[in-house]
Amino acid sequence: MHPQPPARRRPTLAVFKFASCDGCQLQLLDAQGKLLALAGEVDIVHFLEARSRVLPGPYDVGLVEGSISTPADLERIREIRRECRYLVTLGACATAGGIQALRNWGHIDQFLGAVYAAPEYIDTLATSTPVADHVPVDFELRGCPIDTGQLVELITALLVGRRPRVPTASVCVECKERGTVCVAVARGVACLGPVTQAGCGAICPAHDRECFGCYGPAEQPNLVSLTGFYERRGHPREQLRRLVASHNAWAPPFRAAAERLADGLAPPASGDRP
Amino acid sequence: MSEPLKFSVKSLTRVEGEGALRIRVAENGTVEFADFNIYEPPRFFERLLCGREVREVPDIVARICGICPVAYQLTACGALENALGIAVTPEVQALRRLLYCGEWIQSHALHIFLLHAADYLGYESGFTLAAARPEFVERGLRLKAVGSRIIEVLGGRAVHPINVAVGGFHRAPAAAAVRELLPDLAWGLAAALETVAEAAAFTIPAFDLPCECVALDSPHGYVNAGPDGEARIVGSSGLDIPIPDYERRFRERQVPHSTALHSLLEPDGRPYLVGPVARMNLTRQRLPDQTRRAADSCGIDWPCTNSFQSIIVRGLEVAAAFEEAIGIAHDYRADLAACRIEPTLRPATGCNATEAPRGLLYQKYEIGPDGLIAAATIIPPTSQNQARIEADLRALVPRLLPLGAAAVTQRCEQLIRNYDPCISCATHAIRVVLEGVTPTRPAPSSRP
Repeated sequence: MHPQPPARRRPTLAVFKFASCDGCQLQLLDAQGKLLALAGEVDIVHFLEARSRVLPGPYDVGLVEGSISTPADLERIREIRRECRYLVTLGACATAGGIQALRNWGHIDQFLGAVYAAPEYIDTLATSTPVADHVPVDFELRGCPIDTGQLVELITALLVGRRPRVPTASVCVECKERGTVCVAVARGVACLGPVTQAGCGAICPAHDRECFGCYGPAEQPNLVSLTGFYERRGHPREQLRRLVASHNAWAPPFRAAAERLADGLAPPASGDRP
Repeated sequence: MSEPLKFSVKSLTRVEGEGALRIRVAENGTVEFADFNIYEPPRFFERLLCGREVREVPDIVARICGICPVAYQLTACGALENALGIAVTPEVQALRRLLYCGEWIQSHALHIFLLHAADYLGYESGFTLAAARPEFVERGLRLKAVGSRIIEVLGGRAVHPINVAVGGFHRAPAAAAVRELLPDLAWGLAAALETVAEAAAFTIPAFDLPCECVALDSPHGYVNAGPDGEARIVGSSGLDIPIPDYERRFRERQVPHSTALHSLLEPDGRPYLVGPVARMNLTRQRLPDQTRRAADSCGIDWPCTNSFQSIIVRGLEVAAAFEEAIGIAHDYRADLAACRIEPTLRPATGCNATEAPRGLLYQKYEIGPDGLIAAATIIPPTSQNQARIEADLRALVPRLLPLGAAAVTQRCEQLIRNYDPCISCATHAIRVVLEGVTPTRPAPSSRP
């Protein structure tokens, strides 16, 4: 992505929702105090959850929450892409398909037929997939939910025409920064921190529990090594499969790990470091 | 008129999630249909919970709704604790109520100030309202921030808290951090009471439609947050049942125009109302003192039968949440040494209900022999209110027709916002039903 300095007129911002919980949009509303400082610089012209005025595109920045899970949404995301100069995906649903992507391993007829009495009324795809599977995406913000600070950083960066500064290191780095004792090493907890992208502030280990990967895979995660380490420490494969198959289950590294753990392949024989 | 009149709003704005409105009025002025159409894509939570671990449930159900994750988490914890015979400590119960107060505050403040007030004051959004009346919206943002701060201190983060666990909390909040909330809570109570007075002075459209209200009634206070063993489900025409009887008296029905199931009260299949107005009508006597006095003097002739007054009622509930929160935060002195009871897994079934910001939320879980979730039922407030919303629309539209099409759609949108519908919640739904049944689902008691 090569953002250009903004033109004289205020850049327009549009927010779109697909299959999701609204939590990332709520982070945007929570950032409003900080955004009000930007409000003189950006014109929010399409944000159904927050305002009645809706202006047609094209838009300078489109923020997308949610995964693609219906035929109509598949068409809608293509239209939105055509309307937006920069398209940014917000959160685990838009960047990885969300927790609802767990259905991608099942048969949608089982889900629907076992569930709605009259499934013919329900229009849904067999899969819940990330936006980037369907259209080019310029930038993605991770997290379930996204971090407000990262969102403000992203919008600011786009406004001034520089690349957003968002961490790509793992959650382990944030644990060290805040001085949290490692739950994996000290307490034998199976923690996804070593393979999960930073950004949350490592809040889960700070609350005496495992990271469950809600920011998705960090750069170059080694899940074979990590899950093998935990397995040798006595954590059942099924438990580890569930751990990686949660909020970012369809993100390729987590997906590959989940499928490998489900296949019952033997863990790697050597090496004891995560 | 030679043609039936049609009104539609393709995308409802200032509601959480994706919904639309479709109304058709016949030549003789009767409303042929008034559909509150939910087209939010289904996400099948009840199915994807199956095969998960008990301890994972609070983290998963939070994702049904980013506005009220605490409601889903605490209702789930209570249901699973009931199933496994876990009695959480009174300290954990109090902290959970404090956490729930935070969610009521932030959810209601969002709705009052950023989504709803603009309707009464003649603005198209909280943004334009903020430009015209910055002090009003800034107060709302600060109220919301205090609510979010409570959730952060107890839950680890404001949206999708990570500290809620079956059996208690993963880590007890530091006593100092809880007590540090007190000055903001005191400000919040005063600001909420001021908001009630201001909302009471809004020009409220005249509308009077008595309806069946349903809410939880707990002797432990107006805000309840989990299994206290004594909460009952009560209704305005004498309904008074323990929570485990929920599925015997309420039936869900699928309709063609919605991906959320509609709920009706048996035996006669009546629509009913849950949420702030229903709670206030039924359990006003449980309010803490200052809020009860404000409720008596806010100008509403109880019981409230005008949904356009719901903005005042939400203000009262923000005040109630602050008043309860002050009491709990004040009493929380020591960090809890044992803040979580480790569950011992066994096959079991348990249910629970709590009052989410938008009303009664019911959940039931079956734990299988492998210790994993075998079945889940989640009935959120907005799907319970859907039939009520449509009944309101059918009553309202004929009165508005003389005002013209623009007024009809604008006022109908406002009516829907009166309910603060959370469409994301309503559409989490999937449930196991028998094959080959008609779109009306069998009553749960008739299941094999």
